[in-house]
Amino acid sequence: MAATKKSNKELVINGIFLENPIFRLALSMCPAVGLTTSIKNGLLLGSAVLFVQICSSCTIAAIKNIIHPRIRIPTYTLTIATWVTVIDLVLAAYVPAAYEEMGIFVKLIVAFAIITMRLETFACKNTISASFWDGLGMGIGFMFGMVSIGFVRELLGAGTILGYDILGFKPLLFFVLPAAGFFCVGIMMALFNYIEGVYNRLKERKQ
Amino acid sequence: MRSMIQRYAFRSIWLMPVFLLFLMGCNVEHPFVKKVAFKDSLSISIEFAGEPDADWATDPDNYRIYEKRDPDVLLVISEVILGPDKRSVLIKFDEEINQAEPHVIALTPIHSQGKDLGTALLNVKRLYIGELFAILIGAMLINNYVFTKYLGLCVFFGTSKKRDTAVGMGITFTIVMVASAMMSWFLYQFVLKPFELDFLQVVVFIGMVSLSVQAVDTVLRKVNPALFKAFGVYLVLVIANCIILAVPLTLADNEYSAMESLMLALGAGTGFLLALFLMSSAGERLELADIPPTYRGLPIAFVTAGLFALAFMGFSGLVIF
Repeated sequence: MAATKKSNKELVINGIFLENPIFRLALSMCPAVGLTTSIKNGLLLGSAVLFVQICSSCTIAAIKNIIHPRIRIPTYTLTIATWVTVIDLVLAAYVPAAYEEMGIFVKLIVAFAIITMRLETFACKNTISASFWDGLGMGIGFMFGMVSIGFVRELLGAGTILGYDILGFKPLLFFVLPAAGFFCVGIMMALFNYIEGVYNRLKERKQ
Repeated sequence: MRSMIQRYAFRSIWLMPVFLLFLMGCNVEHPFVKKVAFKDSLSISIEFAGEPDADWATDPDNYRIYEKRDPDVLLVISEVILGPDKRSVLIKFDEEINQAEPHVIALTPIHSQGKDLGTALLNVKRLYIGELFAILIGAMLINNYVFTKYLGLCVFFGTSKKRDTAVGMGITFTIVMVASAMMSWFLYQFVLKPFELDFLQVVVFIGMVSLSVQAVDTVLRKVNPALFKAFGVYLVLVIANCIILAVPLTLADNEYSAMESLMLALGAGTGFLLALFLMSSAGERLELADIPPTYRGLPIAFVTAGLFALAFMGFSGLVIF
């Protein structure tokens, strides 16, 4: 793949909708299942991933010419690990309570497939600014996925949004159970598939 | 004759570690105390080397027992019974004690035949082998990394469509897991901790994982080409798996010993193998089922995994030993 011809806006939109990491690419599912009982967790982990994605995309785009192709994967991994260590220490220092709740997941950002995959398919072939916008789009797309799953689970399970009581009752307590993450993600994926099907049919009818 | 002795000696060498492990089960720091152990969920037994004075031994005020984790909370002793041989006591409690937690017993100066033998601080732990077994089963079933910790899902959904693939992936994964966990443990205990480089955990552990994947790749290619042909393709996937990094992080957090780390890695690996096998068996059935078109592929796989996760919640109350 040669350097991208998309504009910055298109790159961001691509990350959020067309290639949404969670719903479309189905990568980095672990936090989407394990850490979405509330919107707050989704937002925090989402911003951590956004930070790591942008920083490592830019780093790789900057040094892409001096990486030997044979050691590129270890280089990516170490770059990501460095930035994850940075965000890990920052979160532990400034939001200790939330950090405790997210537990091991912050450190596990290293192993999230989405970041390595973007470095491999995008950042190592494009300029720093294009990689920045791509990283931004992917990061926001991930955050969007996490927050929307968190929204459904928090609203249906606890009747609250961001901790504020909205419904006053708990429609489906089942959704805050840890195991319900699987069901919620599965049902939302099916919903996305359905919307896509309807959209395609409408498009065909127009033609 | 000589070869027989040699063979016998060799066999007994294998028994040595087992014997040592049993010895490590008793934690006694006082010469007068022979053995401390959990009797059952309501009592702890102490065995003395000699006969302690009866009125000292049966006074509950002479024993202060607490969980090692929070020394401020003392357990309430209901009564202390002197055994028939006058050398052992049984400390009874009203409430159940959590045998999974190590406990500490602080004794006031021990009186025996009018002599003062000094205070003692005794550690009560489950038998070491039992502890190891508990870690193994815990990582495999109770805290199954896929179904109760939600890790390694990308690879899990990617490779659980066929049973052969699932088993191959699981075995490869277990081998790499054990290798990388042991190396990480070594580095953490002997390099990172002494030099206070704890913050480098993530960088070092992920490096270890890549290294052990490369090592297993090279060794397998040379030693067993047939096996490499079968399992080689999965090796690349292993790096992209969260579990492989979660295990070194867990054992660093919990300060596990070498044996315990080995058991944790083995448990996590076989747990992943089990999850993959279950999922692939269900997946092969799903291929014949009539699923609504919007649910085909990943969505139905997620719902199936959710059902398995619910089933695995049943293990959460399991207490071993």
